[in-house]
Amino acid sequence: MAKYLLLKHYRGAPAPVNDVPMDQWTPEEISAHMQYMRDFATRLEKTGEFVDGQAVAPEGTWVRYDGEGRPPVTDGPFAETKDLIAGWMVIDVDSYERAVELAGDLSAAPGAGGKPIHEWLELRPFLAGPPPLAE
Amino acid sequence: MDEALLRSLTPSVLGILVRRGADFAAAEDAVQDALVEAVRVWPEDRPRDPKGWLVTVAWRRFLDATRADAARRRREDRVDEEPPPGPASCLDDTLQLYFLCAHPSLTPSSAVALTLRAVGGLTTRQIAQAYLVPEATMAQRISRAKRTVSGVRLDRPGDVATVLRVLYLVFNEGYSGDVDLAAEAIRLTRQLAAAIDHPEVAGLLALMLLHHARRAARTAPDGSLVPLAEQDRGRWDTSSIAEGIAILQAALARDRLGEFQAQAAIAALHADAPTAEETDWVQIVEWYDELTRLTDSPVVLLNRAVAVGEADGPRAGLAALAPLDPALPRHTAVAAYLHERDGDLPTAARLYAEAARKAPNLAERDYLTRQAARLNTSLRP
Repeated sequence: MAKYLLLKHYRGAPAPVNDVPMDQWTPEEISAHMQYMRDFATRLEKTGEFVDGQAVAPEGTWVRYDGEGRPPVTDGPFAETKDLIAGWMVIDVDSYERAVELAGDLSAAPGAGGKPIHEWLELRPFLAGPPPLAE
Repeated sequence: MDEALLRSLTPSVLGILVRRGADFAAAEDAVQDALVEAVRVWPEDRPRDPKGWLVTVAWRRFLDATRADAARRRREDRVDEEPPPGPASCLDDTLQLYFLCAHPSLTPSSAVALTLRAVGGLTTRQIAQAYLVPEATMAQRISRAKRTVSGVRLDRPGDVATVLRVLYLVFNEGYSGDVDLAAEAIRLTRQLAAAIDHPEVAGLLALMLLHHARRAARTAPDGSLVPLAEQDRGRWDTSSIAEGIAILQAALARDRLGEFQAQAAIAALHADAPTAEETDWVQIVEWYDELTRLTDSPVVLLNRAVAVGEADGPRAGLAALAPLDPALPRHTAVAAYLHERDGDLPTAARLYAEAARKAPNLAERDYLTRQAARLNTSLRP
């Protein structure tokens, strides 16, 4: 089994095919989308491939150490940040091919007009610890 | 049901161990062990005196743990003989535990975790699941909390307000995993109300009951939020409402008004209205004015602006909103709502979309996005 991170972006991903912001959909289209997302997570829980999923707010803060005895420096949010993560799902699957298949399914979630969004999702393998048999 | 019985006995069993001379942290561990043992043994062989059984087993566990610790051999000698129970009653023990677990030296998250375990009798695993953190993390949080309060003596009354804040936090966490924290908060507040005569304890209990009564109506089958005005009032729990109102009336009659009683009064006025249109908004505004005198919370002023919008029209609501800091959580959502009521749909749609981006949780974000979508759909030619 290998773990993969599926990343969804507010900004920074290539434009999806069906690129209409959600507040311009009809309420029914939003409901259909939410239902699809819920069903997807439920299906992965049933197949034993779901690990975790979370959404994060668009606005955050940059923080860095500023030296001994000084409070950390904070900055941002920066409107020009090119890459803005919206949320993630962690899956534990048998192969890279399976991870790609699931990411494709998630990207098919319906959007405006009830048509798939074809949203670009980023698939990143976890760097796991060394396997005990590799020595 | 045995689990409910077990959990209701937890604080007094713990109190007895502490009174016999066990230190709080060790006694608490021993009581947890006894609870786990009870869950294992009772289904086969239920004791006639459940509390006596728990005290005996917990005390034995405590002695075993103390004996096992060779470095503490001297203390073992002191506690080996089972001393007679002290003079305090069970209720006093329970009350002291509430104060200890909500002690001001604890952070809010530590106080919540310790209260749920030591007073509520939940296991570390259950608390961890409810707060979506790993069990090891919650175990550390609880053991640090126990160390923090280990030097606190259990002989003086604490501050009721700190206990109420902890219980309010538990209630607000709501429901996740297999532990219903709202129901647990109600149980603990009810138990506290039985141990201490205080109008604000009654006020918080009434507030919780009145909110909890609406829970089934608050979410649609697909999990989306249903606002108060659109809820199916036939699904409100009338017995919970009746109990909340009775408790509130008795508390208000004492003429020692506090924040929780005022909030409960507002919840009661909503509960009283057979339909959203029949809500007595004028009286609700008066209660918000009362609340403003009791606290200087800007959140109260924000909610008051909504009530003013209903009582005196959306323009009056917007006027009440105008002096408030736009950075307040939910300020944009309230502005969107009032602009919609005022008939300015394009502004309302824009503000709903903006409010969705700032929403503090997914349920609210989805709700606000839907509101924006609904208006944008109606505005399309």
